Amino acid sequence: MEKIIFYILALVIIIFAIASVSSKKMLRSVIYLLFVLIGISGIYFLIDYNFLAAIQLTVYAGGVIVLFIFSVMLVHHIEMELELAKVSRRILVGLVSITGLGVFLTTIYSHEFAVVENTITTTTEDIGFGLLSYDVGGFILPFEIISVLLLAAMIGAIIIAKGTKLTNKKNDTI
Amino acid sequence: MIAGISIYEILTVTSILFFIGVYGFITRKNLISILMSIELILNASVINFVIINKYLYPDVLQGVFFSIFIIAVAAAETALAIAIIINLYRQIASVEVKDTEIMKY
Repeated sequence: MEKIIFYILALVIIIFAIASVSSKKMLRSVIYLLFVLIGISGIYFLIDYNFLAAIQLTVYAGGVIVLFIFSVMLVHHIEMELELAKVSRRILVGLVSITGLGVFLTTIYSHEFAVVENTITTTTEDIGFGLLSYDVGGFILPFEIISVLLLAAMIGAIIIAKGTKLTNKKNDTI
Repeated sequence: MIAGISIYEILTVTSILFFIGVYGFITRKNLISILMSIELILNASVINFVIINKYLYPDVLQGVFFSIFIIAVAAAETALAIAIIINLYRQIASVEVKDTEIMKY
């Protein structure tokens, strides 16, 4: 049963990822990306990391995709067709990608992974204790740094996005 | 871990996803599309972290923590990049890569 679900999810992820990078219409390509992200959260549900799946759904499917849709609506006409790269270039890049994929797969399949059979369920509590512990192996410092980074990104995004006023002021002084 | 699914199959899926992202990153000519390809690449690496944590080291949670940090950094990066793109669109009325040749003014 889980096997079938995994194969369906893998198929959905790969097909929609290809559709997302090759679709000519911008908005459709964003929606295909949304399906890819939801499929990925399905994989997290399958391997029992429910908290991570919830993060994936809220941050990516809820936040990043909405941001993308907003920006597409702001800078494009809704039915605008994208210009694609030249056919020769696309074939060349596709061949290079397939070669790289071959290298990756040969490396992966020639390596023996020491897989540990387990059915451990990770609760959100474990993740919370791990993130907030200051013992050896605790992640309190990166956690705090990430919060500062998010604050900095927020302020930076506001300042950059309302940039015209700043540049006007600069022009006046010059 | 997923019953009946080996680690090789999942790593195959993430490798394919990664190279689809690389393909899109190189062939697309629009800044927002390039950003979307970056999201694909980052997501492939996040799945790798989680899968390797679950299959090889199930009693620690380091892979999950790093995935959370990657997701947070990716969200911050997307927000900043979209702010830059919108500002750029205001100044040169285009988001195509070939029009983006001036860094300042």
